[in-house]
Parts: sequence; C-alpha cells; structure tokens
Amino acid sequence: MTPFLTRTRGRQRLHWTDWLAYAYLCLGVLLMFGPVLWLVISSFKTERELQHYPPRLLPYVQKMEKVPGYSDPLPVFKVTAGPLAGQEVAQVRRIGIVSQVVRPDAPQTIVKVPIKDRKPVEHVALATSNYAKLFKRFNFFQFFYNSTFITVVATIITLLINSMAAFALSKYDFRGRGTVMALIIGTLMIPPTVVLVPLFLIVRDFGMIDTLWGVIIPGAATPTGVFLLRQYMLTIPDEILDAARMDKASEWKIYWRIILPLSAPALAVLAILSIMWRWNDFLWPLIALQRQEHFTLQLALNSFRGEFNTDWASLLAMTVLTLVPIVAVFAFLQKYIATGIASTGGK
Amino acid sequence: MLKLITPFMQIVDVPMRALQGLLGPRRLAWVFLLPNLFVFGFFTFLPVILNFFYATTGSDHILLQDRPFVGMTNFGQLMNCQSYLDPNTCQIDVFWRAVHNTLWFIVLQVGFMVVFSMITALILNRKIRARGFFRAVFFFPVLLSPVVVALVWKWILQDQGALNAVLDYLGYPTVNWLLSPTWAFAWSIFLSVWFHMGFYTLILLAGLQAIPRDVYEAAAMDAASPWRVFRKITLPLLMPTMVVVMVLALIKGVQTFDEIYAFTGGGPGSATTLVIQYIYQNGFSAAPRLFGLASAASILVAIVLVALTAVQLWITRRNANG
Repeated sequence: MTPFLTRTRGRQRLHWTDWLAYAYLCLGVLLMFGPVLWLVISSFKTERELQHYPPRLLPYVQKMEKVPGYSDPLPVFKVTAGPLAGQEVAQVRRIGIVSQVVRPDAPQTIVKVPIKDRKPVEHVALATSNYAKLFKRFNFFQFFYNSTFITVVATIITLLINSMAAFALSKYDFRGRGTVMALIIGTLMIPPTVVLVPLFLIVRDFGMIDTLWGVIIPGAATPTGVFLLRQYMLTIPDEILDAARMDKASEWKIYWRIILPLSAPALAVLAILSIMWRWNDFLWPLIALQRQEHFTLQLALNSFRGEFNTDWASLLAMTVLTLVPIVAVFAFLQKYIATGIASTGGK
Repeated sequence: MLKLITPFMQIVDVPMRALQGLLGPRRLAWVFLLPNLFVFGFFTFLPVILNFFYATTGSDHILLQDRPFVGMTNFGQLMNCQSYLDPNTCQIDVFWRAVHNTLWFIVLQVGFMVVFSMITALILNRKIRARGFFRAVFFFPVLLSPVVVALVWKWILQDQGALNAVLDYLGYPTVNWLLSPTWAFAWSIFLSVWFHMGFYTLILLAGLQAIPRDVYEAAAMDAASPWRVFRKITLPLLMPTMVVVMVLALIKGVQTFDEIYAFTGGGPGSATTLVIQYIYQNGFSAAPRLFGLASAASILVAIVLVALTAVQLWITRRNANG
C-alpha cells in the first residue's frame, strides 16, 4: 500500500525532501486558508455561540420546537437531573437560576428546573441571524452601493483616460512627448501617502470632500496604467492605423475602433488591478469621506471595530460580505491577476 | 457593454473630428493626453508643490493664505532630539517613536518576507502535485483588503479567540495578544508578512523559472550536492530578482498604514504607530490639526521613498542590460 501511495508520476519513491516540501505546503494551506475559513464559519454562528468559550469548530444551533399554546418556537433543553432527567423539554421562560419548562406532549403543565440541571439540545447548522441583523440594523446596502459605485466608475474612468493618454504617447510623435513621459515616470515615485495634506485642500477646493467623486477622481490617472497600456500599444503595427486614415477615419475613431479592441488584454489587466485597488482602498477614503452614509465597506468595517467592545456578530458577517465579491470575481481570473500583478509590481 | 460604449464614443467623435480639423492630427495628441494630465496635474504635481508650502507654514488652518510662514521650524521641531536613538529625548517623541517602529518594522518584515517567500518559491518550483492549487493558496491573501486581513487575525487573537483556546487546551497560559506592546508589534509583522508574501513569492518563482535548465543539468553531470547547487547556481542567478524583491518590499514597508491601523489602531499606546499613521493623525484625526508637521514628516518620508525608487530603477536597468 505505502509504495503505491508514495509513487510519484516518475514512478520513483518520494525522497525525504519531498515529504518535507509537502509538509511545508500543507502547513501553508492551514496557515493561509485556515484563518479566513475560521472567520467564514464564525460568521454563521449565533451570537450565543460566539460567546462560547472555548470556541467550537462548527456552528451549533439550539433546537427550537413549536409547542401548542405558544406563538413562538421554544428552545429545547435536555434535563440532566431531577424527576424529568433524560427528557427533552421546551423552555417557556427563565427567571434567575430557575427555568420554567414544559414537556412538548403536555404543554399545559409548567415544571420548574434549576438551570444547572438542563443542557441545550444542539445540532450543527448555519445560523444566518448575523446577516439578517446586519441588513436590519446597519445601512449595509448603502456601504455596498458606495463601494460598488466607486469601484465601477473609477475603473471605467481609469481605463478611458489612461488608454487615451497611452494612445497619444505610443502612436503620435509630437514635441514634448519625452517631457510628458518623464513627468509620468516621476509620479511613480510619489505615492498619495506623502501628499495627503495638500491633496485634501485641493479636493476640498473642487468641492469634492465627503463625496464619492472625491475618492474616484484623484487616483484616476495611474502611471502604472499608462505604462502598461503604452507598452502594449507600441506592439500594434502603425500600418493598420495608416490604412484606416486612408479610409478617412477620424483619429478618435481609430482610437476606439482599432486601438481599444486590439489592446483588450492589457485593458483587462488594468481593469483587474483597478477593481482591486478601488475595492480595497482605505487611507484616502478614510480622509476624504466623513459622513457615514458615504462610507465604503472598508470604512464601515473599520468604524465598527471598537477599541474594547466590538460587535463581532455583525462585524464577522460584514467582513465575509466584503471579501466575497472580490474572491468570487478573482476565482475565475486567477491567472490574469497573477501575471498582471507580477508584471506591474502591484501598484 | 458594447452597446453602451458605442453611442458614447460616437457622440465624442463629433467634437473630436472638429478639433482634428482645427489642430491637425499631430497636435490632437495633446487632446488625448488632456484628461490624464489634468488629473495628474491637480492631484499629483500640485500637491507635491503645495506640500512644501504647508511644511514651511504653521497653525492649524487649512487655507494657505491663513497660515503664517515659519521657515524650517516644522522640520526643526521634528528633528529636535538629544539622541535619535531614544525617542523620549525628542521634542516630538511620537514622531520618533513612529520612526523607530517603522525602522524595526521594515527590517523585520522585509527579512522574514524574503526568507519565507524564498522558501515557498523554491518548494513551489519543485516537481510537486497540484502546484497550481498550492500557488493559489499562497497568493490569495494579496487580493484581500487590508481591513479584512486585520479583522481575520483580530478575531483569532482576541482574548477569547481561537489561539487562546488552543493554548488553553494545550495547558499553556493565555495571552491578551493585542494589549501587550511586544506581542502587538510581533503580530503586526506576522500579519504583514502573511498578507504580502504571495506577491513576492510570485516574483521569485518567475525568477527561478527563468534560470536555464542546462545549468542544472551540467551540475547533475558533476554530481554536485543539492546544497552546493543551491549555493553556487540558484542563489547567485536569483540574486537580481532578490534585490528587486527587497527594494520593492522596502518601498511598500515604509508606506505601511492600512492593515496595521485597522489591526491595532497604532496601540497599545504607540507601540505599533508607524510613520504614515503619525502623518494621518497629525493632519486628519486628532485636534489640533498640525498640517505643517504632517507635511514636513511626509516630505521626509518622500525623500526616503524617492531614494529607494531611484535605487530600484537603477537596479532594474542594470539587470535589463545584463
């Protein structure tokens, strides 16, 4: 059996270093996936279960039973001592350390059981109460809308103006092209983190502080995007453009009928990067957005994080809903993202 | 999607055609550049220049005309230390504590990052099963948002969290991780490495795969030991990629803010306050808003970043030239 299991494709036995490699990788899976999985599982636990220490791996839900004569379903307990020992009962109410219970088959007679003599009857199930509460108590859809609006609009604007600039820089020979290129290279060195104060003043002067546009516009012209697109457009042969000019196509038409479709792969990479930057963006929105109704998901998550008491039930559900869209989109595009990020240095 | 774009593009075509007739196709290039240059100009170049005005003026007014000129006072205050090694002797001790934290943070973070992404890349470069899956596993945290990453680990490290439960189960004393300055700092580095490691692993993996096969075949002919092959072939041939990884990690390390701020809020006390958080707090979160100090500090950070980027460009160019 062992030789069968340990045989590799090359029909050789695994070397001890292979075992070490697989051990490392499995540890990696545990360490990289585990925490996120734990968060997702936790978000499906009831608030009571979240208080449970030590935490249990799977989400448990207490069995509820509909008892005639009571409008709401009642929680079910198993009695561990006393005359009812071993029986399942439904709790009507709890007063201090005494719980008033009924037997489901005899709902009229209320029996008193000390709370230490009863144990909840539980089964594994996903509780959606945290999500329900999130939608009811917090303006989740507003945050979701803000994040989506910023991500979508900013990505469209970024693609449009960066591809226009890349077109000009790759297909026209004009005076000052070198200067413009040098200026754009220069901006690579200046991340927004070092110009926060004056950027705040300028965005304020444009009347865009505390608006979604104040988040969208300042980062729309990315040097990375211009570079990526320009490098790609340089590979498009000029003859195609000249042929179109022969047919009296306007320059704008050449741009959007020829250049844009031919640069689709590069545009896709930039779109993916832009979606990722915008959806996950934190520091500038934190400064530019002030009222809660303008918060993005990231800001809302951060504002729920209290110093000492955190409403983990809502926070966990919201974290899951924040990471789901990006993970879902990128599960399908993994290959492109990896190459895109590797080829541009991530920013 | 195309149905939405086409009418828009056709509408834009009308004024663009008119402009083309007016300017000629060559000068039309500037029209294509205009929106981008507008955004760059107002939101990148102008702020860089204005930053110097803020850094040389005082008071908590945001409008420049209300701010009195103070010369180099802000820089003087920031740099006023009896000993740069001890933040307590500095006039603005929080800034120097943040500088010290950032230095320790980047040294340790970049160190661990390079070591672990190197090990991971070497293992992923072997002939292993399900390589694509394992590569994705190490890469996926890169896609998460900093706030999500911070919350994922906060949930595990909280007082009644999973880690303490495991320690409890094994019979070890539990620790209130994020209330201890040392532990909070250590976990901040861990979290940052966990978050960004996949990105550097990917770059190193590409570097490893670019090493020509025949070099290894020659080594196999000479029956060189694996360790010797690693030291004499892999490591030297991978060195250029390693240097790029280190410089990139340094540049990003200096700018770290999001995940640590969402993780610890800079605390306990100022144990995990980094330089960017100092700038943010001075300019935007705590009153009085000392924009001058924030700007002066950000210029100091910018100088470091420009130097690091220059090194990076120089190395990439040298690598490209062979």
